[in-house]
Amino acid sequence: MKGYVGIALAVGLLALVPLLTSSNVVLNFMVVALLIALVGQGWNVLGGYGGQYSFGHAAFFGTGAYVTAILQVHYGVNAWLGLVIGIAAGALVGAVTGALSFRSGLKGSYFALVTLAFAEVLRIIASVAPITGAGVGTLVKLDLRWEAFQFQSRAPFYWIILAFVAVSLLIVKRLEASRFGAYLVAVRENEDAAKAAGIDTFRIKLAAMTLSAAITAAGGCFYAQYFLFLDAGIAYGPWISVEALLAPIIGGIGTVFGPLLGALVVRSLGELTKLATGHAPGLDLVIYGAVLVLVVAFAPRGIAGLFESLRAQFRSKPVERRNG
Amino acid sequence: MAELLRVENVSRRFGGLLAVNAASFTAEAGRITALIGPNGAGKTTLFAIITGFIAPSEGRIAYQGADITGLPPHLLARRGIARTFQIAQPFAGLTVAENIAVGSHLSRPSRAEALAAAEGVAKAVGLAPMLSLPASSLTVAGRKRLELARALAIEPKLLLLDEVLAGLNPSEVRDMVPVIHAIAARGITIVMIEHVMQAVMSLAEHVFVLAEGSIIAAGSPQQIAGDARVVEAYLGHGAAGRMLGAANG
Repeated sequence: MKGYVGIALAVGLLALVPLLTSSNVVLNFMVVALLIALVGQGWNVLGGYGGQYSFGHAAFFGTGAYVTAILQVHYGVNAWLGLVIGIAAGALVGAVTGALSFRSGLKGSYFALVTLAFAEVLRIIASVAPITGAGVGTLVKLDLRWEAFQFQSRAPFYWIILAFVAVSLLIVKRLEASRFGAYLVAVRENEDAAKAAGIDTFRIKLAAMTLSAAITAAGGCFYAQYFLFLDAGIAYGPWISVEALLAPIIGGIGTVFGPLLGALVVRSLGELTKLATGHAPGLDLVIYGAVLVLVVAFAPRGIAGLFESLRAQFRSKPVERRNG
Repeated sequence: MAELLRVENVSRRFGGLLAVNAASFTAEAGRITALIGPNGAGKTTLFAIITGFIAPSEGRIAYQGADITGLPPHLLARRGIARTFQIAQPFAGLTVAENIAVGSHLSRPSRAEALAAAEGVAKAVGLAPMLSLPASSLTVAGRKRLELARALAIEPKLLLLDEVLAGLNPSEVRDMVPVIHAIAARGITIVMIEHVMQAVMSLAEHVFVLAEGSIIAAGSPQQIAGDARVVEAYLGHGAAGRMLGAANG
């Protein structure tokens, strides 16, 4: 119950942002940060809780984005329906790539490499296939009505992506308290011991990858509606795979709030370096790299883990006194 | 007595190495059966075959009268076959309670019920005071108890113990023996691999000796202790004769 109060509080506070400012710069920054938080939460389900580190979440992000966009542009499908189908398509890609990888027994770096390969294959296909607009890209027609999942101002977009993030937080919170979550963590900690406890590790990993892909695909669908433009490099490019894993690792891998914290921190750092260096290309990546090294070296459980250990230290002190 | 497990002519080849060579043995329901033998005899491989972690090259395994050869580990666990690992395999990042609850979940979908059941299992193996500690903070003896607890948590009919006493000091062994006795008294059939002979003598009702992949002797602990082939398997060719000579001369 305690965790749900935290989620309500965090989402409630974040919901106030558009009421406090109408600055497009601030709102745009927050929308992108929340989008990364959502995509990162998808990664967190599989990587943080399941211990399966994917380098190719772009495969799910891009599939969600392209399916939403193409359904609207070529088939006149409603954008909201496109969102639902986009999420389902992303989940399907997750299930298929997951089945192929896990059936072959791929683990650790081999799994990471094969997910990267899947995303790259999709990127190359998308950069030549006529239906994605190949090199030109796909433009979603401007239609500023809520029925078309497009809005005049940024505030509604902000609240919608916040709602997506809220749902993802609730899903992960529920996962933590469920048998599926316990099994997933068991698989992460020790696969042989998990099997001996009666866990069908293949099925658990596959379910986690499907759920993970669905959450990340929702981010892709939102991206298509918010920016109204996609090309192969945006949808399936390595940038989103990196953002997807950076946010949870820095924020706290395998924690409910890790991806949200991480996305806000990483995005802030990125913007600050851009301001300080005047858009020197690639410098934000250098900063990301340095932060990643620092986090892995000094706070392997990320910002959320750091908070937790501080709190545990604070709590253990009165106990020591009582014992002494 | 009814026979719960039957291993028939099981062999396993790793490249040119015949790790298990046409081994056969049975475990009767409700009894403690021990599997002993020198290092490298193939005991752990045989356990891994029975529990589905390794497929046998040849042979057949029957459990409750049904052929279970080649079934994956999780299905065998669901049928009531639990195992411990020779090198303890805790879920290191989790607490003791969470570790045991993973097993309890097998018959309990609810998290709260699984954690409550885990508490009961922890009491049975003497881990109750450590429930909220991280598994990684346990001593060797604690880890062995946790192995036992996790296996018990799935509520098995057949429990395969792979050296749960190895690495314990004599007083820890003395503490552990009654725990294993109590498990057997609940009607759980136990097959144990063990090097600690004092424990084998006091626990096992029937002993099989595995050497170089084959069963070379079987019988009560007393019969086994006096068997010349067993002495030779442990101490080398001719050792039985020399011992006999020394005793007589």
